[in-house]
Amino acid sequence: MRALTYHGKHDVRVDTHPDPQIVNPRDAIIEITSTAICGSDLHLYDGVIPAVLKGDILGHEFMGRVVEVGPSSTLQVGQRVIVPFTISCGQCFHCRNQEFSHCDNSNPAEKQDMSESLYGHPMSGLFGYSHMTGGYPGGQAEYVRVPFSDVGPLVVPDHLEDEKVLFLTDILSTGWMAADQATVEPGDTIVVWGAGPVGLFAAQSAVVMGAEQVISIDHHPHRLELARQIGAKVIDYTQTNVLEALLEMTGGQGPDAVIDAVGMESHGFENFNPIDTLKQKVGMGADRIGVLRQAILAVRKGGRVSVPGVYGGFSDKFPTGALMEKGLTLRTGQTHVQRYYRDLLKRIEEGQIDTTFLISHTMSLEDAAQGYKNFAYNQNEWTKVVLKPKWAKGRQEAGRANIANRAGLSSAPGSVPAGSGAVVDA
Amino acid sequence: MDQDRSDWLHQPRPTWPPESRDPISSDPGFSAVNRRIDEHLSQGRVSRLTDQLTEHKAVAAATVLGLGALAGLAAYSLMGPSQPQVQRHAEIPRLPDDAPGRTAKQARFGDYAVAGRSVTIDRPRQAIFEFWRDFRNLSKFMENIEDVREVSPGVTAWTIRAPLGMTMQVTSRIVNEKPGEQIAWRSTEDSQIETEGKVSFRDAPGGRGTIVEAHVAYRPPMGALGQMVAKVFSAEPSIQSRRDLKRLKMLLETGEIATNKNQRGEGGKFQKAVERDIQNNIAAV
Repeated sequence: MRALTYHGKHDVRVDTHPDPQIVNPRDAIIEITSTAICGSDLHLYDGVIPAVLKGDILGHEFMGRVVEVGPSSTLQVGQRVIVPFTISCGQCFHCRNQEFSHCDNSNPAEKQDMSESLYGHPMSGLFGYSHMTGGYPGGQAEYVRVPFSDVGPLVVPDHLEDEKVLFLTDILSTGWMAADQATVEPGDTIVVWGAGPVGLFAAQSAVVMGAEQVISIDHHPHRLELARQIGAKVIDYTQTNVLEALLEMTGGQGPDAVIDAVGMESHGFENFNPIDTLKQKVGMGADRIGVLRQAILAVRKGGRVSVPGVYGGFSDKFPTGALMEKGLTLRTGQTHVQRYYRDLLKRIEEGQIDTTFLISHTMSLEDAAQGYKNFAYNQNEWTKVVLKPKWAKGRQEAGRANIANRAGLSSAPGSVPAGSGAVVDA
Repeated sequence: MDQDRSDWLHQPRPTWPPESRDPISSDPGFSAVNRRIDEHLSQGRVSRLTDQLTEHKAVAAATVLGLGALAGLAAYSLMGPSQPQVQRHAEIPRLPDDAPGRTAKQARFGDYAVAGRSVTIDRPRQAIFEFWRDFRNLSKFMENIEDVREVSPGVTAWTIRAPLGMTMQVTSRIVNEKPGEQIAWRSTEDSQIETEGKVSFRDAPGGRGTIVEAHVAYRPPMGALGQMVAKVFSAEPSIQSRRDLKRLKMLLETGEIATNKNQRGEGGKFQKAVERDIQNNIAAV
């Protein structure tokens, strides 16, 4: 089969691998119809996640048809399923408590040592996301072996096209959990750093959950436009003093909850971020936590800090003083997809949640390397890339978020930020 | 009024600016000034130069602080604890704590290499006890145990993996057994290596299953073989037992042992056991 393969930092290629087989009794083999490049794949692409090896198949957002099942799988051949990026056994302490991304049993024993010494406890298995999380071959491929297939995959109705349900596997559920962990209450202002796919879905989720005001922060105009389209107010941090603006937009009180949907590669020259960047570049295992620092300073006293953004290593100058003295609640973690996906599927069917507004490009799996490059370096225009293993090389279609389709965006001409013209350059 | 007059909440609030000091509020020029201030604020986009300077100062200060801390740490690691600190520790003896002995910072077990680990498995105590009591099951989750045969009741012959593709034979006899609670075993004299072990089972609190606590000790024999054995077992005995117990948990809770291998031949020894079963039962297109 053909699969997107890691060769090194900023070097991914589509190579030929042997087709996967049923190895354990609860396995199933899925023929993939759609798969996507996730923002967290870019952390692998940038080489800031340890234990990604040459030859690893990436990809953890995928769906398709069941073509083969092991004797203990409850799936049936021919079923159409979406597959959560977290691999969960369903029977350990954590799975029984609906903490599916903390599964004790899905990461092979010999792969657990690294995260156990780094984090004190081993991580669970994830598809296509470094050997720290099991080194499982991922889903940017024609086929994938799905362990514990009786627990993870969710059968989806045929009348919903791939694009509508694909993001249940990760980013939609992740955005939803981010808002859920932020706890949206009547009258609340929820602020989301990052208008990437997870940030956009987190903002949309907060809107759906009834937040009074949702504010998205980014620096890419087109991504901010998408955030505005789903009902968020926007702040461009290159134009505006973020902390001051957030106070002023909340009557001086500060936002009730903040969501860091950026993670370990935050941009900008504030909040000690340049030092973090330097340490990350020289391989000191450092996270860039500029956004997290700013979010903790911004949130009101007694507020909630929700972190769906990926961090992997260590950081310093973490604002412990603000965390304690302001009485903040910090909630984090990989997504417990299986806890949310049934409810979310229902909301998609009912039209409550828009899942396709952020897709900018759909292309052949064969062109995945080009997709990675553009998603990494042309973030303003390339907001979400869907890959089709069945498409011929070179075929590419514009999604609803494609700049070429700008007329389709609902943002009115008058909604361009009024202050943006007043920037003093000199 | 029937309200308590001492309640400060009902006192008239002071106003600001105090009326006596507000001569310009009646000034017609005041509102014009106010408007100019408003206009100025609404533009609000002044040069960031001052901000940046402050940032640079903050960065420099942080760097100096960090270097200072590093120097302090280096001095401590070179010179060790100070004399008064050592004295304080001598004057106030340590309280023996409740942690298992194997977690002591300085532990000695004579010639033995000892590993002890515990794991919580969400299965009934009796079921786990019976699984372990049938020693032939050990090779299903223990990396270094290739095969276990029952010689006579309570006596088993183990084939243990050694470096360079060699194997060793150990005969093991159960020396203590409390049904449902504990099993202890020791190697007999004709074994190639001296080893003993103990595993205990107790109910986990809150209906969380069973806590399995295993201790394994090896005494490497003399000679070249012993050297190699020592390397295998004493190098990472705790890691090995940790992994073994994780696999036991996987097997008993989920019925299989997780692997990232995509091909049946690559699955390793833990997948071989299930392969035949799988090959006969795959449903496919």
